[in-house]
Amino acid sequence: MLRYVVRRVLVSVPLLIGISLITFGVINMAPGGPIGISSDLNPKATAEYRERLKAYYGLDQPLYVQYGRWLGRMAVLDFGDSFSADGRKVWDKIRERILVTLSINVLSMALIFLVAVPLGIYSAVRKGSVFDRVATVTVFTGFAIPTFWLALLLMILFGVRLGWLPISGLVSLEYDTLPLAGKILDRAAHLVLPVFLMAFGGLAGISRYMRSTMLEVIRQDYIAAARSKGLPERAVVFRHAVRNALLPVITILGLSVPGLLGGSVIFETIFAIPGMGQLFFQGVMSRDYPLIMGILTIGAFLTLLGNILADVGYALADPRIKTERAG
Amino acid sequence: MNGHSMLRETLRRLSRNPLAVAGAAVVLFFCVLALFPWLVSSHDPNRIDILKILEPPSGAHPLGTDDLGRDVLARMLHGARISLSVGFVAESIAIGIGLVIGLLAGYYGGKVDSLLMRFVDIMLCFPTFFLILAVIAFIGPSIWNIMFIIGVTGWMGVARLVRAETLSLKERDFVAAARAQGAGTARILFRHILPNTLAPILVAATLGVAGAILVESGLSFLGIGVQPPTPSWGNILTAGKDNIEFAWWLSLFPGLAIFLTVLGYNLLGEGIRDAVDPRLKGR
Repeated sequence: MLRYVVRRVLVSVPLLIGISLITFGVINMAPGGPIGISSDLNPKATAEYRERLKAYYGLDQPLYVQYGRWLGRMAVLDFGDSFSADGRKVWDKIRERILVTLSINVLSMALIFLVAVPLGIYSAVRKGSVFDRVATVTVFTGFAIPTFWLALLLMILFGVRLGWLPISGLVSLEYDTLPLAGKILDRAAHLVLPVFLMAFGGLAGISRYMRSTMLEVIRQDYIAAARSKGLPERAVVFRHAVRNALLPVITILGLSVPGLLGGSVIFETIFAIPGMGQLFFQGVMSRDYPLIMGILTIGAFLTLLGNILADVGYALADPRIKTERAG
Repeated sequence: MNGHSMLRETLRRLSRNPLAVAGAAVVLFFCVLALFPWLVSSHDPNRIDILKILEPPSGAHPLGTDDLGRDVLARMLHGARISLSVGFVAESIAIGIGLVIGLLAGYYGGKVDSLLMRFVDIMLCFPTFFLILAVIAFIGPSIWNIMFIIGVTGWMGVARLVRAETLSLKERDFVAAARAQGAGTARILFRHILPNTLAPILVAATLGVAGAILVESGLSFLGIGVQPPTPSWGNILTAGKDNIEFAWWLSLFPGLAIFLTVLGYNLLGEGIRDAVDPRLKGR
């Protein structure tokens, strides 16, 4: 098993290098460059001032030198200094926000899993039934509604009209004065809308996948065998079919990481959540190259990690893989 | 079974799936509106009338007017053209790239295959929306740039599908027969293998068009989608959300249009998938 994990990690190294190359390429597509904002609009900026600025940020070097330097620093999580006015380290900026984004992502992923799996199972068992159709339309509704619009409608309903839930930020203004239980409740209340919305949007992918693997499994011979030996339908479905159908879903959970991360830009902007998505958007709008490169790389790295974890989880759950690799 | 009767069989199965039929109807409805907007409204989508700002739906303006007094129905119709074009063009780009990469990887196998598939793996690692956002912010939010970048970041699924199909198809007898008759690689790929991969591509395409429309609306929300005054459903909705408390019609109609269209494409795509899946035959 350990061998399998090590090999799985080693395979990812070239991927990481490829990721960094693409990230670097994206940044260099930009016309104007990062000093454009501070010098193009400034009539007093002389050509010499611009050159000095370029040299200061290392932008006068050939591309491969810039890339090499950046890659070397990246290995130790040094993404350089942000171009923004505060000039702080990119990693520090990411670090203080990454947990917020990750926890919201993990919570919604858990919620997706809890709802989508049973939904997919029942849809498959009763394929073509009214339940199946209603479930299909419901999960696609979550996918098809523009998230920011639904978010706004729910904010108006639950936040403004009913006043049940807070609509922005992670904590209330009076957070510091609350007792511990109040603090926890306060945080939870702030997470309800974003987590629910994110889960609603992601439901379709997993539940449809669960439905189709379940349909596939139900056709297998061992299910027919279980049925023909007189097992009640419940036992056939839950003991024999679901176990096998769940396996591929583990992989899909890993694959859904980039989608959720990307979506966090919109959620965090709507709900004013100080997470990585919001930081990325700010960085993009101000052409903060080191910040953009840092977050793109971290985002891809997290995806890679999600995929490795999913594969390892799969190997743990499926004895066939372990025996295959044992030799 | 020849191609003609296979198509008929697929259509027959499709027509027995009420959700797919509903999806197809919605898709068709919005396509017709986008192609012939003057059938429904003769208003100019960009004509500003400051005496008619934020008027609720009425006989003269069936969907009301916006904050500049423009006719919302006319803007929605022309927005349909823009939003659907973004969907179609972006997805055509994605399919074009995915097709070529998938065919090459599947047909040649070996080093070509592993190199191309590693590239696919790398692209799949990026949170697509992050990539799109970064590139759009750099090269500017023109409609062509938006189509281009959505397409360039969305081809990986198609490439994998086509590769898998090609891998199994190239071992089949009819390909060997074509080769024995002296057909060149290009002819084998495009004449014999490609047509057989069309069904899964069609499914991916319907889902992709829907996805592209959603991405454009997300970009519009962030202010870097299709730029006003050119109407897109995304930017009409974004403009509408600022007035959501006192002019519901400004956000309701574009929101519903995006929702129904994306839902329609998804239901149609799922329906096609079920209809062409030979393993589901007789069920």
